[in-house]
Amino acid sequence: MNRVMVLWCPDFAVTAGLADLDLSRSVPAAVLHGHRVTVCNESARAHGVRRGMRRRDAQSRCPRLQLLTENSERDARLFDDILRAVEQHRPGVMAIRPGLLALRAPGRWSTAASGESIADRDAAAELAQVVVECGVWDVRIGIADDLFTAEHAARGAAVQEHRIVPSGSSIDFLHPLPVEVLLSEAQDGPQIEEMVSLLRRLGLFRLGDLARLPAAEVGQRFGAPGARVWRQANGMDPRGVAGRRPPPELTTRVEFDPPLDAVEAICFSARRTAEELIAGLASRNLVATQVRIEAWCPGPGASTDVVVSGRSWIHPRHFTPRDLIDRVHWQLHGQGQGSVRSRRQAGVITEPVTGLRFVPEVVEPTGEHAQTLWGGGAEELVHRGMAKIQAMLGYEAVLVPVVQGGRTPSSRQGWVPWGERVAGLRPVDRPWPGRIPGPAPSRVFPVTIPSGVRDQAGVSVGVDSRGAFSADPAQVLLSGPAVTGQDWTVIRTWAGPWPCDEAWWEDPSRPPAFRCQLITDDGRAWLLRITDRWEIEAAYD
Amino acid sequence: MSEVAISAAHRSTDQVVADLRARIAALQGVSVAAVSELSAGTEIAEVSGTALQGELPAHAELAHLIRLRAGSSYCTDSAALTLALAAGVSAGGRWVAAVGMDDFGVEAAQQSGADLSRMVLVPDPGQDWLDVTAALVDVVGLVVLRPPGSATTPASRAGVLAARLRRRSAALLVLGSWPGCAARFAVDQLSWVGPDRGSGRLQHRRAQVAVYRGGTPQLVARGWWGAGVDAAAPPRPATHQQQWLWPA
Repeated sequence: MNRVMVLWCPDFAVTAGLADLDLSRSVPAAVLHGHRVTVCNESARAHGVRRGMRRRDAQSRCPRLQLLTENSERDARLFDDILRAVEQHRPGVMAIRPGLLALRAPGRWSTAASGESIADRDAAAELAQVVVECGVWDVRIGIADDLFTAEHAARGAAVQEHRIVPSGSSIDFLHPLPVEVLLSEAQDGPQIEEMVSLLRRLGLFRLGDLARLPAAEVGQRFGAPGARVWRQANGMDPRGVAGRRPPPELTTRVEFDPPLDAVEAICFSARRTAEELIAGLASRNLVATQVRIEAWCPGPGASTDVVVSGRSWIHPRHFTPRDLIDRVHWQLHGQGQGSVRSRRQAGVITEPVTGLRFVPEVVEPTGEHAQTLWGGGAEELVHRGMAKIQAMLGYEAVLVPVVQGGRTPSSRQGWVPWGERVAGLRPVDRPWPGRIPGPAPSRVFPVTIPSGVRDQAGVSVGVDSRGAFSADPAQVLLSGPAVTGQDWTVIRTWAGPWPCDEAWWEDPSRPPAFRCQLITDDGRAWLLRITDRWEIEAAYD
Repeated sequence: MSEVAISAAHRSTDQVVADLRARIAALQGVSVAAVSELSAGTEIAEVSGTALQGELPAHAELAHLIRLRAGSSYCTDSAALTLALAAGVSAGGRWVAAVGMDDFGVEAAQQSGADLSRMVLVPDPGQDWLDVTAALVDVVGLVVLRPPGSATTPASRAGVLAARLRRRSAALLVLGSWPGCAARFAVDQLSWVGPDRGSGRLQHRRAQVAVYRGGTPQLVARGWWGAGVDAAAPPRPATHQQQWLWPA
């Protein structure tokens, strides 16, 4: 009969949250969800914080309580490290939930009088050490015949210790336990809570009391969860340990000896690795849509390599080896810089590159990217064409226009490099007081064009302290290739000036700014900004 | 197959085609309308490698005056007119790319009805602007180009690009001058309604768009463009009622 070993890290969500913030494990901390404490650690409990407590109450008991938001991804990330470390020592690890994992216990029969197997004891000590090396201090191990008993044995063990329930004595261990231990089951939460409450009202305080009831009647009264609990209380947990298959290692790396400092040479040498990566994914029916590319150079200690350049790249479809090499080129080449040497002078890379690594961050099944009967159509053609132009001019040369919220015409638009996800835009549906309503300018100059306005007598026009023009504007200076015209153009009419109160708190010494719209003799309209000088921001033609 | 052959003997070609389309649709799980749309649209042309010489989607406000034809190049002098034409093409489901327009008014394009998800900009193509334009012609429906300030395009390069435009059924709209363009759109009598010596703000544009044949001064059409034109515009000459296709 296979014995089961369970590793339990209490309050794992708090442990992961504190590790994420680089805080000591002795800091009182609690994870909150919906303003209620869901998990808290030992030092918070020492201050009287309890599960289910409101945030305000918890903080009144312990003012320096570290509040953590619920983040299952963060928990899973830390737990994945533990899983991998345990897998290095024992095969067939089953993750139950973050903080709880099960595996087959090595010892099949007991040799010692206490019923403990030496192999079990050694394995438990070894795994406890592995988990502590991962940075999780509080780990408890239980070994028993079935999963349920082992889990509750672990809950009864001391920190970094193990508790072994001898073979065949699960019932003796389980029956004296109070029925409240069932509440630790994460699944069917409300149903189990109701059940525990009812059992207490019926006078059944111990698991043994429940286990001695007839199975059919428990099933009738409490349904499927009740029947499951009855079986577990009798040491007949139907769940077995199904070890997970470790995820395949998809990361590929290439090392350069001697180190390379020319981008072309790096790309040439990495080509084969990129092809291997894509072929390896294809053999698993996968394609990569997001890949992280990292380059190393020797660190100051000469024994350690440091990552000098790391960046994630997203592909609108999926990566081909050629796309990967293009990304390597863009990442190391930068804009308008010839080789790593020139970047080294810019302080980015200090040494020639010794290695390169491709980490596929997002992979998807090939089926989702399969070609349709008529081919990919126009969209796919466009993706290929844009990739070609990006290869010619660089990654940031092909842009997708987006509209975002803002007050000035130039802040109301944005550019996103082709293939990059749109993120961090200001919302458009806010009021944005101070923006100019009406038709948007058809030309928004990336750099404002210096200009000037004068009145009928040829005197420069300004804005007085009351926010009005010092004189009626009569002529505007349109100079430069962007606005065609080198001379003073007659103004037909104008609107404004309007004061713009923008970020006055950032630089109090800045002169007040105004905006106005001018219509020149040829019918074109201009948006000008007035501070101590005149600038053309945008044009309506 | 024999069933199809027998029924084909008794029915007209149209019926057979409709029947076959329904079968394709049943196999793929799409509607009959979608299949006929597919076969009528450009996708078949892309699959078979032949170009369709058709019209590009037109902007609603300008459809009475300007219809861009795939395979031709056009010139204009107005950024707003360029944005409106590009908006019409992108809203109609074709891709639009703008080369060399670093002052592209994104919000104005959106207000003209553009679908920004089908627009791509190459604001700074550098020295290779002709190569970039040629590469874009291969993949999008309309390329909007502003040649760099001092550059004059040799007619030979323009001819190569024109051949590519015809093969790929794309159109080129140049903000500036271009040798061998099919038509030139000029905005004259531009005026803005709204501002009045300090009060008000820009409300809407009223402009007259003149269409000239190629690079010649020969006027082909003239018409009003802009919101509120119908109420305030002078009576249109008879030629404005006609629909013009370019090249004629």
